[in-house]
Amino acid sequence: MPTWVGALDRKLVRELWRMKTQALAIAFVIAGGVAVHLLAAGMLSSLQETRRAYYERYLFADVWAPVVRAPQRLIADIRAIDGVQAATTRIRVPALFAMEGMSAPATGEVLSLPDVGEAAVNRLHLVRGRLPSPGQRSEAVVLQAFADAHRLEIGDQVPATLYGGRRRLTVVGIALSPEHVYAIGPGQFVPDDRLYGVLWMRRGALAQAVNQDEAFNEAVVRLSRDASKPAVIARLDRLLEPYGAPGAYGRADQISDAFVSSEIDQLATMGRVLPPIFLLVAAFLVNVVISRLIAVQRAGIGLLKAFGYRDRDIVGHYLKLVAAIAATGVLIGGVAGIWLGRGMAVLYMEYYRFPFLLFQANPADYATVIGVAMLTVMGGATLAVRRAAALSPAEAMTPARAPDYSRVAGAWITRLKVLDQQSRMILRQIIRWPWRAALTVAGIAASGALLIGTMSMMDGIEVMIDSSFNIANPHDVSVSFVEPRSRAALFSLAGEDGVLAAEPFRVVPVRLRHGSREERAVITGAPLDGSLSRIVDTLDRPVQPHPGGLVLSSDLAAKLRIEAGDIVEARVTEGRRPLLELPVSAIATSYVGSGARMRIEDLNRALGEGALVSGAWLTVDADRTGTLYDRLKETPSVVGVGLQADAVKRLAAMLDENLGRSILIFFFFAGLIASGVVYNTVRISFAERQRELASLRVLGFSRTDVSYILLGEVAFLTLLALPLGAAAGTALAWYLAHAMSSDLFRLPFAVAPATYGAAGAVVLAITVAASLMVRRQIDRLDLAEALKTGE
Amino acid sequence: MMSAGEESGKTGLCFRARAVTRIYNSGAAAVHALRGVDLDLPDGELVVVLGASGSGKSTFLNILGGLDTPTSGEVLFRGEDISRADQRQLTEYRRRHVGFVFQFYNLMPSLTARENVALVTEIAEAPLSPEEALAMVGLENRLDHFPAQLSGGEQQRVAIARAVAKQPSVLLCDEPTGALDSATGVRVLEALKTVNDSLGATTLLITHNAAIAAIADRVVIFADGRVREVRENADKRLPGEISW
Repeated sequence: MPTWVGALDRKLVRELWRMKTQALAIAFVIAGGVAVHLLAAGMLSSLQETRRAYYERYLFADVWAPVVRAPQRLIADIRAIDGVQAATTRIRVPALFAMEGMSAPATGEVLSLPDVGEAAVNRLHLVRGRLPSPGQRSEAVVLQAFADAHRLEIGDQVPATLYGGRRRLTVVGIALSPEHVYAIGPGQFVPDDRLYGVLWMRRGALAQAVNQDEAFNEAVVRLSRDASKPAVIARLDRLLEPYGAPGAYGRADQISDAFVSSEIDQLATMGRVLPPIFLLVAAFLVNVVISRLIAVQRAGIGLLKAFGYRDRDIVGHYLKLVAAIAATGVLIGGVAGIWLGRGMAVLYMEYYRFPFLLFQANPADYATVIGVAMLTVMGGATLAVRRAAALSPAEAMTPARAPDYSRVAGAWITRLKVLDQQSRMILRQIIRWPWRAALTVAGIAASGALLIGTMSMMDGIEVMIDSSFNIANPHDVSVSFVEPRSRAALFSLAGEDGVLAAEPFRVVPVRLRHGSREERAVITGAPLDGSLSRIVDTLDRPVQPHPGGLVLSSDLAAKLRIEAGDIVEARVTEGRRPLLELPVSAIATSYVGSGARMRIEDLNRALGEGALVSGAWLTVDADRTGTLYDRLKETPSVVGVGLQADAVKRLAAMLDENLGRSILIFFFFAGLIASGVVYNTVRISFAERQRELASLRVLGFSRTDVSYILLGEVAFLTLLALPLGAAAGTALAWYLAHAMSSDLFRLPFAVAPATYGAAGAVVLAITVAASLMVRRQIDRLDLAEALKTGE
Repeated sequence: MMSAGEESGKTGLCFRARAVTRIYNSGAAAVHALRGVDLDLPDGELVVVLGASGSGKSTFLNILGGLDTPTSGEVLFRGEDISRADQRQLTEYRRRHVGFVFQFYNLMPSLTARENVALVTEIAEAPLSPEEALAMVGLENRLDHFPAQLSGGEQQRVAIARAVAKQPSVLLCDEPTGALDSATGVRVLEALKTVNDSLGATTLLITHNAAIAAIADRVVIFADGRVREVRENADKRLPGEISW
């Protein structure tokens, strides 16, 4: 070592080297807290930035304005609207695809591209191939997700049914679209890449196929920077009103973006709620561990003082030691945080099929996290070192007097004949230093609680899925018609082979208005006594509308500031477009789903179009679904088929991939923190009692006997910590469920028994592993040394 | 591995050491703690081992006590070779035959006097009761005191009671009076003497303090890793007759 390094610093370096395993374990705890923070921050800012850039580069629309059929010449008027930066019109038609090797029908849509070149709004990102050639009538570009799900390649054929007309389309390109990050069909809750396809054709070809020459049925608009969206929407609505426009809408109501946004919001909430808890727990644990670590150094501190070092030299010396450990932890956590944050962002990029990733690590996040980590660790260490430095040197230089156990003599322990002496030692040790034991228990319990808290989110998701599918929507299939049909259509569906039960529903798109607030929504009319689909609250109780009344989901109610008993104005945006005044009979707080419900008779009466149905919910005989699906594929009036069982599986898989991935990472770090804490607890206990243990070995106790005294204490405290950790974990789960819930999304509070079991098993496994590591040191105890040293 | 007493009748020897060396580390850093020790110690004697720091006496005691093994040479305990024993056999040997008394007592602070003794009697084969052992060292009235409530001399006597309670064949004491004043030290030596007389355990007592040699049956002097001198003590005194 260079000569300019002082003696004290050499001591520091050597000491760090000597206690490297322990120092590393502490560093890991700090790293856990820091990494979770940074990876969440990095991942989220990258995801948000990437999504923004994707939308920007591919000219994602700000406003969609569907119409029934409008003349192409209106495009000039649309472009002339103040605030419109770019606009294009297109044809957008629902379609059925009879995909090979799949009995269930795939639904979807076909959109038009300009006859020449690329779209001015909602541009495609071609992954392979090319855009259709102008004039080629059967060429199409396919959405990558659908192509992948069906292994479609350039040159393959897709049989499509457009407005009853069948044609085979040739795949010439495979593309991503900012509009279809999530592609989801009518009657479907969950995106299913196999069941929902999107294709693009040149305008001329599509117009001819669906008889929309010189006309369009949707305008898409990008706004200039300072445009007022409501103003543009109002102008568009006025302009397009005569052409059967149900009303223009913005990104918040665009299904793909709404999905992506709400998912990223959920990740963001989790990224806001969880990491501070990790950092807090890590800081607490590091404080506990470091103050004990320094207490063990008592003799060394006395010695330094005897040499004439001042208190502040000593405090400085030990703070350097702690700072070195903390800096190592921050460094490991920082590097791991960036690396994992980037890795997670890449995974999500693939999951969302973003064409590129912009990784962002905000320096301010780093500064905050590093500052908080260093401050909490150093703050705790300062207290401990000051306490140790307050010791008079003479006291530290003489052999330590035996600590007095008489105050806690525990006469009762003395009288307990069943206890052997080793167990008495364990018990008295705990009673003599209850504070130390309590902190150990708290440390283990806290890391157990982190494990339970993170895992509970998956439990919550499972409860949510169960509630919304098995309880609220226990049907197997939902069938949607192209247009509302008479009840006869329901009876014919009910009579299909394999259908066990059928219940009708009627849906109408509306604009709900309350005061100055307006929201787009869908009112679903369903039979009062229906059991195949209903609204249930968070306690799984059905919420039924009163006669003539409306049940609103709590998110809509919150957005519209409506309470039960209020009257809401509903402007129907299709058909005759009546304006309804509906009393809100109840607000339903349920886990998922947003919308409004009425009795189907009430809705039909209000609409005044007769007893119509938009579709039906079915339960089917699982053995005969094949023939039923074949029949549905051939029924031109059917536009959408939703398969519940598939949807449940898809949703579970999707949430696993999305939230589950983050939760897994958090779980890993919770485990890392637990490992660091438990290892240090055992290791420091060992340091504190090294001499005692060596003496016992000399007295003829085997390694196993001696290990029992040390590890028995840890095991005992761990067992105490388990129920406490379970309680704390339950509380944390409750907090997380509430913190993660908003009006839009409600995470149920649920902890499955298996979660307690798994967390307990992880804590126990970590304790055993840490014990085994320390056990090796018991094996290497220097017995001769025990005879010599006084301390 | 070994059973107490069987061999003792034949040889009358408790320990027989031949050409015992102990080298710590190797190469340039090698430390030769023992450079070839030959020594016979008869059963039942009170042996005082003298020598300067680094003379090898503690290393030798550690080997006799089964805490360490020689680098070369042979150590027989009642005819059984303990120099080649493995860790497990050594633990068994210490457990059955050896009682230790340490300079700093090494009591378990969390156990009372009685419990400290019971710690050993619970794993011994034919132990005295803790009460008997403590009575032997004059602590029958301090049974339920914790180490922190006892004086240094009392703590050391608890340690002696703990060492003898299992009725060991060998009692090894490394500087048992090193941390005590003269008067207290004498009381500790008296306790050791009583134990040696009544149990007949071969007692080795390591010390810097030449005055203590007066109470021994045999005095062994170590120097520079070898035995420099062994002499039988013709003029044996009682502990009460010496002071320092």
